[in-house]
Amino acid sequence: MALKEALESGKFVVTTEVGPLKGTDTSEVMEVAEILKGKVDGVNVTDQQSAVMRLGSLATCSLLVQKGLEPVFQMTCRDRNRIALQSDLLSAHVLGIRNVLVISGDFPSLGDHIDAKEVYDLDSEQLIWTINQMNGGQDLAGNELQGKTDFFVGAVVKPVSDTDASTELQLAMMEKKINAGARFFQTQAVYEADVFERFMKRAAQFKVPVLVGVIPLKSVGMARYMNKNVSGVFVPEPLIDEMGKAEDKTAKGLEITARLINDLKDMCQGVHIMAIGWEKKVPEILKMAKLA
Amino acid sequence: MIISEQKSFEEMLEYLEGDKKVFIVGCGDCATVCQTGGEEQVKEMKEKLEGEGKTVTGWIVLNPACHLLEVKRGFREKKEEVNSADSLLVMACGNGVQAVADASGKVVHPALNTLFLGSIQRFGQYLERCSLCGECILEQTGGICPVTRCTKGLLNGPCGGSKDGKCEVDPEKDCAWELIFNRLKEIGQLEKIKEFRPPKARSKGQQWRVILERKAAASG
Repeated sequence: MALKEALESGKFVVTTEVGPLKGTDTSEVMEVAEILKGKVDGVNVTDQQSAVMRLGSLATCSLLVQKGLEPVFQMTCRDRNRIALQSDLLSAHVLGIRNVLVISGDFPSLGDHIDAKEVYDLDSEQLIWTINQMNGGQDLAGNELQGKTDFFVGAVVKPVSDTDASTELQLAMMEKKINAGARFFQTQAVYEADVFERFMKRAAQFKVPVLVGVIPLKSVGMARYMNKNVSGVFVPEPLIDEMGKAEDKTAKGLEITARLINDLKDMCQGVHIMAIGWEKKVPEILKMAKLA
Repeated sequence: MIISEQKSFEEMLEYLEGDKKVFIVGCGDCATVCQTGGEEQVKEMKEKLEGEGKTVTGWIVLNPACHLLEVKRGFREKKEEVNSADSLLVMACGNGVQAVADASGKVVHPALNTLFLGSIQRFGQYLERCSLCGECILEQTGGICPVTRCTKGLLNGPCGGSKDGKCEVDPEKDCAWELIFNRLKEIGQLEKIKEFRPPKARSKGQQWRVILERKAAASG
């Protein structure tokens, strides 16, 4: 079933993501694809995640289509101008890709090619708007397309903010993205059910499906690192303690993830698991969360 | 104000290698304010070059160095000093260097790096506030420019990267969109946050930009 249909059917949707490697070796991604096949409703492919140059999202999504999976083509605004973005969207459609997730993308200075020229010719709202235009049969400049696209467009939102301005801006941006054509949202990783509940109380008015983001904890160090460095991610101290006391960190990390999913699942329409190296453990997490 | 910095003296000496006689050009406007090419710095440069065995045939501080007619007028006054020099060391922004090259027909060397169009906070403290994009949107953003002050130049709102109101790229730098939000709130224009701003007409900022005719006053 396509991701769009899965969301429309009202079932609790599960998506996850894979990150291509730096190089032409696709064996790892294909192995993960084999394991995930039939177990999830969609697989995001990250686009030069953290501004680190790798195999592209478009090519990897195409491989997933060939394997019979439902890819979500992540597209950042960082590396391509409006000509390249639209052209890649046409290519994606031709290759059978139907879901696009639009993000602005980490700045080049955070990645491994720090002197690269940043692009951001379009911002995420404008790219969403552009895809909507293309779905209607026109390019951004208003020219007619010989064969239009048919994309299901997603966007991201950060439910946990550290300033009032940021909280209000995230909601305002969500509304703008919906007006521009976004039809589902994936969130930054959430670790506190009550904070997410507060966010969803305000976001529910938009009536657009939200897939809550979940990142399995692997260690105390990882939790502390994210708290310090990753915007919008906050792992509360009791959870870090629980992880610290556990003998088998992997088992504990999976258990916490499954528990989180269960705590969050009644508040939203799906979960997006960002496994970061634990992609092969996603079916196990789903089993533990009684979603499989 | 065009903000500039002096190149290292070593770099300037490399440019001047083989040139025995040098004429120095300063600028009375921006480079004077930045203390990179005012009269004081021009005189210091003269001494330093003489210390390296160069002959300084003369110097001038133009008002400003980017004004072609002013450069020509200045050079007429210093005709002999300019003509007898092997090259000109120009302590002005990139516009000044090119005006001097056009007016003199001589070999010119830039002594400064031109950095940005900045506002002066206090002496020695300059902030980039305008990118000369050719399509001003300050009316919609509470007088704070996201093209310049958002690292990504996002027009519709922030990315998800801010941390405690600071930019993901530099913890010292304010998130421009949080500044815009707070300002719009203060002045009672928060509804502007939700206005969709379409893709920018980059052509206005990228094409060869010239104004060849003096425009008539708006009233005609």
